[in-house]
Amino acid sequence: MKTAVGAKTMTLVQAITDALDTMLNEKEEVLLLGEDIGRNGGVFRATDGLQTKYGEGRVIDTPLSESGFVGAGIGMAVNGFLPVIEIQFLGFIYPAYEQIMTHASRLRMRTMGHFTVPMVIRAPYGAGVRAPEIHCDSTEALFTHMPGIKVVCPSSPYDAKGLLIAAIEDPDPVLFLEPMRCYRSAREEVPEGKYTVEIGKGKKLMDGDDVTVITWGAMVPEAMKAAKQVKENNVHCDVIDLRTLFPLDKDMIAESVQKTGRTVIVHEAHATGGVGNDVLAIINDTSFLYQKAPVERVTGFDAPVPYFGFEDHYLPTPARIQQAIEKVMKF
Amino acid sequence: MDENGTIINSEDIEKVNEKLVKEFYRHMVRIRTFDRKAISLQRQGRIGTYAPYEGQEASQVGTAVALGESDWMFPTYRDHGAAMTFGHSLRNILLFWNGRNEGCVPPDGKKIFPPGIPIATQIPHAAGAAFAERKKGTANAAIAYFGDGATSEGDFHEGLNFASVFKAPVVFFNQNNQYAISVPFEKQMNTKTIAQKALAYDIPGVRIDGNDVFMVYYETLKALERARKGEGPTLIEAVTWRYGAHTTADDPSKYRDQSESNSRRQETDPILRLERWMKNEGIFDEKWQMAIEEEAAAEIDKAVGEMEDFPPADPAVIFDYVFAEPTWQIKQQKEEYLKLIGGGR
Repeated sequence: MKTAVGAKTMTLVQAITDALDTMLNEKEEVLLLGEDIGRNGGVFRATDGLQTKYGEGRVIDTPLSESGFVGAGIGMAVNGFLPVIEIQFLGFIYPAYEQIMTHASRLRMRTMGHFTVPMVIRAPYGAGVRAPEIHCDSTEALFTHMPGIKVVCPSSPYDAKGLLIAAIEDPDPVLFLEPMRCYRSAREEVPEGKYTVEIGKGKKLMDGDDVTVITWGAMVPEAMKAAKQVKENNVHCDVIDLRTLFPLDKDMIAESVQKTGRTVIVHEAHATGGVGNDVLAIINDTSFLYQKAPVERVTGFDAPVPYFGFEDHYLPTPARIQQAIEKVMKF
Repeated sequence: MDENGTIINSEDIEKVNEKLVKEFYRHMVRIRTFDRKAISLQRQGRIGTYAPYEGQEASQVGTAVALGESDWMFPTYRDHGAAMTFGHSLRNILLFWNGRNEGCVPPDGKKIFPPGIPIATQIPHAAGAAFAERKKGTANAAIAYFGDGATSEGDFHEGLNFASVFKAPVVFFNQNNQYAISVPFEKQMNTKTIAQKALAYDIPGVRIDGNDVFMVYYETLKALERARKGEGPTLIEAVTWRYGAHTTADDPSKYRDQSESNSRRQETDPILRLERWMKNEGIFDEKWQMAIEEEAAAEIDKAVGEMEDFPPADPAVIFDYVFAEPTWQIKQQKEEYLKLIGGGR
């Protein structure tokens, strides 16, 4: 594969490491906190080699204490640092939920900007890798509901690096969700050095006039498989990778659904209260009269994420997505 | 110093000078006057629900006077006596209790966090801010206030563990007022003391009379000194008593015999005790006492006036401080709401 000058071919998890390396090098205020991120390089190796390069003072193994180190991260963020915190799996973030909900996300409001929390919380999320229970949650909606924090979820190496750098530079807290299913499933060229991808902007992955397919994270490759499949039957999809779940890219959603009038939303999280419903609200608010068919949602079920023995039944598949596309076409 | 104001442990007492003693006394009178005024304002509907601290003045003043100008303070909703002693604005404290987040803004240069509302959650913040000071190589420290009930929360333990692992320069200052709303100390925990919880983190834990301002002051100074030298955190348990209710929405007679509060007012009151000591030493002057009481009342009345003259709540404030740059949702909601109410104020 040909590599452009100043670019390297890498996986999503390597792009995360590259982003962290870039920012540790760029700003001395950046430091990493988390469980097993030092010598071990993190359970997914996202911080591999960084402690050796930047020292124990900047790549810090914390006690096993999500609320404690997220809370301490808040204290460090208000006192001049830019903490990037790794939660080992999104399913283990819940002890820190209180710190995020009652402090990180509202300290700017409480003090009218006197104290702010420029902090990033990274968390691998999602099912499909045969991980033990609770390691597979996709509970992004618990955080998109929370005012005062942005929620980002890249699906490709290029976006992962650019969005993580943007998140670190953002003056407010950002929850950065990493689809662990995509960590090593694909490679692409990633520029060396610093660049950013704007938070709040989606990406069009395929252009088509018939159906809009809106998704993010680990469901992007699944949606693309379905879109390629229906193309053989002459159904052309506009596929949007949202990349940011709060704030949603309203303009990109509206423009596409006004063009197609038919929409399928795909996410692996539970249907009820899912971010897909906020996408639906945007369609309702901006594009009601353009709709030719009711919007279809293909999601995880309203059941706890099952043990991995059942996860292939739980996760949306290209076949289910294809069925939904056909349904909105036939309406 | 015992209840009669007699010195029973003279280790630090030679360092006490008249100026410092009068400073303690003045601050304790000032914050007690404030507390009583605030309860009366609440009763008159001039502020919202209020959490009083009367009885805990020695703990709040002793710690706040011990802090250095550049130290951090992480108070709870019952520690505004400490915050105002450390230099917070009385007007802003009143604004906070009157439902205004303008009140959480500390004066320039004062590192006073807004009051911790969810119990114990400020403890990891103090550990983190202190750790940051250590990383910057300063000699600044942080103090976190919390009550007896807070020591049952996970964040108490996570914060102490974090601080002890990283030797963060922080003082964990517990005011054990013996009730968490209605639940008494012995139903809150099986341990005999709170100080002993320090053992689990291999940090010093001291249990002191929280109504003895000298004791509070010198133990806080010692803990701060350890912190500044890089020796890590200290847990101080200051045993005290709140005379009144948990908040103005609470009725303590439902869960305890308030006659104990009355007898404690006579016997162990922090202000009365210092007064007895000062009288024993021959440095108590009733004219001076009257003057500082009048001065405190005038200062507080002025702050009440400033609070009441403060511009009415501007609805834009709801929207303008969610993010550095408002998202489209917030912009749209603000615009629609301000239009609805006629362009705002």
